[in-house]
Amino acid sequence: MTHAEHTHSGHHEMPFWRKYIFSIDHKVIGLQYGITATFFLLFGFFLMILMRWQLAYPGVEIPFIGKALTETGALTPDLYNALGAMHGTIMIFLGVVPMAVGAFGNYLVPLQVGAQDMAFPKLNMMSYWVYFVGGVVMMSSFLMPGGAAASGWTSYPPLSVTANNAQTVWLLAMVFLITSSLLGSINTIVTAVQLRAKGLSFMRWPVHVWAQVATAFLLLLAFPPLEGAAVLQLVDRVFGSSFFLPSGLYIDGAKASVAGGGNPLLWQHLFWFLAHPEVYVLILPAVGVISEIISTNSRKPIYGYKTMVYSILFLGFMSFVVWAHHMFMTGMGVTLSSFFQATTMIISIPSVIILTTLLLTLWGASIRFTVPMLFALAFLPMFAIGGLTGLPLGLTASDIHLHDTYYVIGHFHYVVAPGTLFALMGGVYFWYPKITGRQMNQFLGKLHFWLSFVAINFVFMPMFLMGSKGVSRRLYDQTGYSHGAATQSWNVIMSTAAFVLLLAQIPFLYNMFTSWKWGKKVENDNPWEATTLEWAASSPPPHENFPTPVEVYREPYSYSPTSRKVRPQFSQQEA
Amino acid sequence: MMEQLSNAWKNVLDRKGFDYGLPIDISTHGAAIDRLITTLHYFMALLFIGWGIYLVYCLVRFRDREGHQADVSEKHFGVPKYLEMGIVIFEACLLVFFSYPVWAKLKTDFPDRANSLVVRVVAEQFAWNIHYPGRDGKFGKTSIDLIDGTNPVGLDREDADAKDDIVTINQLVVPVGKPVIVELSAKDVIHGFFLPVARVKHDAIPGMTFPLWFETKEVGEFQIACAQLCGVGHYKMMGQFLVKTPEDFEQWHLDEEKALTE
Repeated sequence: MTHAEHTHSGHHEMPFWRKYIFSIDHKVIGLQYGITATFFLLFGFFLMILMRWQLAYPGVEIPFIGKALTETGALTPDLYNALGAMHGTIMIFLGVVPMAVGAFGNYLVPLQVGAQDMAFPKLNMMSYWVYFVGGVVMMSSFLMPGGAAASGWTSYPPLSVTANNAQTVWLLAMVFLITSSLLGSINTIVTAVQLRAKGLSFMRWPVHVWAQVATAFLLLLAFPPLEGAAVLQLVDRVFGSSFFLPSGLYIDGAKASVAGGGNPLLWQHLFWFLAHPEVYVLILPAVGVISEIISTNSRKPIYGYKTMVYSILFLGFMSFVVWAHHMFMTGMGVTLSSFFQATTMIISIPSVIILTTLLLTLWGASIRFTVPMLFALAFLPMFAIGGLTGLPLGLTASDIHLHDTYYVIGHFHYVVAPGTLFALMGGVYFWYPKITGRQMNQFLGKLHFWLSFVAINFVFMPMFLMGSKGVSRRLYDQTGYSHGAATQSWNVIMSTAAFVLLLAQIPFLYNMFTSWKWGKKVENDNPWEATTLEWAASSPPPHENFPTPVEVYREPYSYSPTSRKVRPQFSQQEA
Repeated sequence: MMEQLSNAWKNVLDRKGFDYGLPIDISTHGAAIDRLITTLHYFMALLFIGWGIYLVYCLVRFRDREGHQADVSEKHFGVPKYLEMGIVIFEACLLVFFSYPVWAKLKTDFPDRANSLVVRVVAEQFAWNIHYPGRDGKFGKTSIDLIDGTNPVGLDREDADAKDDIVTINQLVVPVGKPVIVELSAKDVIHGFFLPVARVKHDAIPGMTFPLWFETKEVGEFQIACAQLCGVGHYKMMGQFLVKTPEDFEQWHLDEEKALTE
C-alpha cells in the first residue's frame, strides 16, 4: 500500500520510457512478459519446424533457408542436437513459464485480489529485465563457434560438462532465468496474501489466484537447487572441478584430464528436483485459467471449489517427492523405486480430481461456446491424454520399454502443448477485452482453434505409436533402426501437421495485433458477465487499477439461481 | 510434397512394415511388462472414452440456448467419489501386483552366474563394446591406460584370465534359452542400453557398473539401440543383437577363439 500512496501524492505524467519500457505497473510488465514470451514461443516452434523437416526428410535440403544454415542446406547432427536442446529450453524457461506466470500471473493476480499493484513493483520490473537479459544471453549462444548448447534441455553431465563453450552460456542464461522466477514468485505470494481487498478471505480467492500462489511456492522452493546445480556445473566447466565427473573418464580417444571423484547422478537428482515441480509450474496456472473460463462460460460455480483448492495444494506438495521417476533407468533398486512409484501413483489422484471437478461443472450448465470456452473444453480431453499416458511411465515395469522413447515426448507434449498452451491461448481470448477494451474477432478465433486442434493431434498422437515400437527420442535420423524405418511414414505426417499448426497461428497473431486497434469495442467492463474482481476495473484498467478500493461480498462464481444474472464478488446487491 | 504425404498415409493405413502396438518380444520376462502396458492402456482407454462420452453429452444437452438455464443449486454427486476410489484401488493393484514383482525379479532375482552367459557391455561415443570372458568364465584385467583403437576396453592380454577373452564391437551375440547377465558401464558419457525386442533398457553411466539380466526364447537378428542422448552420433549408435541357437553360438565362439590365436 505504501507504494500506492506514495505515487498517488505526486500525480504526474510519466515519460514514455518510464511508462512502457522500465515500467513498474504490473499490467505493463505483464504485457512485456506476454509479448516477449510470445516471441520466444514462436521462435522455439520455428526451431522445431526445422527439426521436423529433417525428421520427415532426413538429409534433404531445407527449402528457402537451408543454405543459410549449413553448407549442404540440410541440418547436421550437431545442429539438430543444438536445436533440440534450445527448443526445450526456450519453450519451457523462456516461453511457457514466462507466459503462464510472468504474463498471466502478473497481469491478473493483483486485479483478482483487488490490489493496486504488485507488493514490490520495482522487484517486479527487475524480474522482467533479468528474464530479458537471460533470454538475450540464451539466444546469443547461437552465435558461439560450434553453435548453441547441444546436450538436451536436461544437460546431463558428463556430456554437458565436456561439451563446447555454448554450454557455459546456457548455464549463465539459466542462472538469470532462475533468478527472475525467484523474484517474481516472492512478489506473487506477498501480493496475493497481503494486498487482498476487504472481504476477500482465502476461500474467496478465484481458483486462478490459488493456482498462481501454489505455482509461486513451487518456483520458490524448487528453483534454488537447480540454481545451485547450474553454478556447480559452471564451476566444473570453467574451473575444472569435478562435482559431476567420475574418475576414469576416457573421452575422444584420450584419458580425460579431470580431477574425478564426482557423480553424474548428482546432477540428475538436483535437476529433477526442480524439473518435476516445474511440470506443475507449467500446468497449474493453466488449470487456474481454465477454471475461470469454464465457470464463466457455463454460468455455474466450479463444482467442489474447496476440493479443487485442496487438490491444487496437494498436487504442489506431492510434486516435490516424485522427481526420481525420471531416473528409473539409472540403476535404482527396489526400495527407492517402490517409494517413487507409489508417490507417482498418488500424485495422479489429485490430477484426476481436478479434471473431474471441471467436468462436473459442466453438468446442468448453460454452455456458451465462445472462443475461450472452445480452448478450455479442448484442454480437458487433451490434458487427460497427457495425464493418462503418464501412468505407464510412472510404473517401473512398463517404463522399461517406454522410457526415453517417443512415448515420453508424446506424453509431456500433450500436457504442455494442447494442454497448457491451449489454456493460455483461451486465456488470451478471454482477458483480451479486459486488457484492451476490445474483443478479438470471433471468426478468426474459431478458425485458429479448429485448425490448431486438428493439427496438434496429428503432431503428437503418432508419437505414442512410434514410442511403443521403441523409437528413441532425440534421434537425428531414425531410419537406421529397423523399427525407426518401419514407422518413418508417421514422421512425414507429423511434420506436415506441425507445419499446418504453424500456419494456424497466423490468424491468431493477426487477430491479436489488429483487434488492439480495430476490434469491436466492449459495451461494458464485464463483457463475459464474469464474477471475479478483475472485471470490477475498467477496461483497460487504469494505472493502479481501482480508483476507489473494491470490497468483496461473496465467494467467486456466484450466479443467480433464478436467472442467468451474474452476481460478481464486488457487487453488494443480492439476488 | 503432396505425393510423399499421400504415400505416407498409404503406408500407415496399410501398416506397411509394422503393426500398431508393441514390437515382438523374445525375452522370458517381457510378457509381464507387456501385460502391464496393455492392461494400463485398456484402463486409460476406458476412462478416456467414459469421460469423452460424458463431455459430449454435456456439450449437447447443456448448450446455451433460448429458454435454457443453468442449474446453480448446490449439487453433490456420489458417483465421482466411487469412480475415484475405483481408480485408486486399480492403480494400487497395478503397482503391487504387476509393477513391484517385475522390478523385484529383475533387480534382485539374478540367475546363477555359473549357468549364465556373463558379458560386459562398455558403451562409448558411439559404439557398444562387448567383452566376453571366454572359456574360463573369468574376465581379464582391464586398464584405462591400455585403451586404444584396437583395444577398446583396455584389456591386458598379458593377464592369464585375459588370454581367452573375446571383445566385439557393436555385436552382442547370445545363445537362446540361456540367461545372460550384462555388466553395463560407459567410458565417456551416459548412454542408454536398449534392446527393444527383449524389453531391456538401462542407462550406462560412467564411473558405475550396473548388472542386469535377461533370457531369450527366440533366435533372430535384432538391434541394440541407444536411448540416451550421448552426442552428435547418438542416432547411429546402434549395434547388432544376435540371438543364436546353442550350436550356432558355440560355432561363433569357436570362430572368435580361432581368430584370437591367429
